[in-house]
Amino acid sequence: MICVHDVHKRFGAVQVLRGVTLALVPGRVTAIVGPNAAGKSTLIRSVLGLVRPDRGSITLADGRDVRLPAARAALGYMPQQPSFPDNLTGHEVLAMLDALRPDVVPDGTLLERLQVAGQLDKPVRTLSGGTRQKLSAVIAFRYRPSVLILDEPTAGLDPLAAAVFKSAIVAARDAGVTVLLTTHVVAELAVLADDIAFLLDGVIRFAGPVAVLLQETGAATLDAALAALMQTPAGSVPASAIEPGAAQRVRIVREARS
Amino acid sequence: MNTIATSSLGRVDLSWIIAIHQSRDVLRKRWLIAYAGLLTIAGDLLLRLAGNGPSALVSLLNVVLLLIPLIALILGAASLYSAREFTELLLAQPIPRRALFVGLYLGLTVPLASSTALGLTLPFLIERALDSTTVPMLALLVAVSMLLVCVFTALAFLVTVTVRDRARGLGVAVLAWLGMGLLYDGVVLAVATTFRDWPIERGMLVAMVLNPIDLARTILLLRLDVAVLMGYTGAVFRAAFGTTGGATLATVALVLWVIAPWWLAARAFDRSDF
Repeated sequence: MICVHDVHKRFGAVQVLRGVTLALVPGRVTAIVGPNAAGKSTLIRSVLGLVRPDRGSITLADGRDVRLPAARAALGYMPQQPSFPDNLTGHEVLAMLDALRPDVVPDGTLLERLQVAGQLDKPVRTLSGGTRQKLSAVIAFRYRPSVLILDEPTAGLDPLAAAVFKSAIVAARDAGVTVLLTTHVVAELAVLADDIAFLLDGVIRFAGPVAVLLQETGAATLDAALAALMQTPAGSVPASAIEPGAAQRVRIVREARS
Repeated sequence: MNTIATSSLGRVDLSWIIAIHQSRDVLRKRWLIAYAGLLTIAGDLLLRLAGNGPSALVSLLNVVLLLIPLIALILGAASLYSAREFTELLLAQPIPRRALFVGLYLGLTVPLASSTALGLTLPFLIERALDSTTVPMLALLVAVSMLLVCVFTALAFLVTVTVRDRARGLGVAVLAWLGMGLLYDGVVLAVATTFRDWPIERGMLVAMVLNPIDLARTILLLRLDVAVLMGYTGAVFRAAFGTTGGATLATVALVLWVIAPWWLAARAFDRSDF
């Protein structure tokens, strides 16, 4: 579990996050959704410990700050644009990361299922974008994380690999892993997401189960529901949407409908 | 499922693992191979033209003082900007930031310093120009060159950590190289000429210490005893401290030039957002 509490972040003159509070629950897939420049990347980077919040905290279930190196042992991360040292082979990249985590027996399941092992003896610079994405997916799952953070995970994957990857996400969720993902593909949200956290102008406008979002907005489809949320006037909702540990509770932005 | 497993590895082990893999990547880069080749060819040509080791070394010195800062600062910075996303992936691993920084620094600096040493030494081996006069001079040139590599890779890290935008960062790196490598001595000379009736020797000493390339040049020329190539600040330096004292002081100042930007870059790396 990850508790994001009252996180604020400013870059120069731009206030990117404004008091984001969110609880990411084990055994559920939470999708962070929002328009471009809503603060999604900054929120994900904050959860990863890459960005230091100006105010607020991001902790694991035991209260440890995610910026502590030991806390990051629980995280598996798949960035939007995978990048590896050009002149290392895929196997050398894996060997490096394995060496950094000697206490974890690497999980090679996804490596086999994505059928990518045969291509990893070539330098990364010669690999296709899709193969790099597969390598990135393998790394995210390799160290048996209890929290998975996936940024546009299926972008660049072929349909077969995307299907394998989605089934791996669902299996991880069923095994009790906390999954946080971003995607612009609404069909993917419909398949994968249990909860939606809708971020607009650095504020969580909605957080709760997909079914409740549909019910509260009166929309027939998820994209219609998200469109309704997007029309919410700025500043018409409180800075925080849900309290940590209460991800099932829903605060819906009714202004969108009124 | 992995709950919070702490690594049994210490910071030194983690830095070492990162440095080894990073070095492996850097050693395979084409620009590094081209750089070592260029130094070898330049050294070989100068040896053939000069006819003896010491004269070739003095000529090679000017190539070194221009080329090393250029490669270490600009190509070093470009390489670090290219590796930014992978650095972020490493930052998301259970590694202390300082251990990662040390690993990345060594992973860039050690291959670059090794290539420099190889590129400088190889022509003397090929041309069999290693005699009792040349060996200590070549050893000094290699040692000072490696120190310069350490200084300018530290500066490359400082630029890439503090300037997020790649184009702007590379612009800063180019300006820093132009300033220290080409313009600095001219500006100092212009100031010295303008204020020649004033007691500016102390200011000139400070001016020399503020430029690592000037320091490297002074160390080498003091030891090689080629005063005519020393430049204005170097001449003032020798007048003030003598040959041995001047060389020692300049060496200490050059080592400080490694430590200061390294420490600033490490501090910025610890604190910055990615």
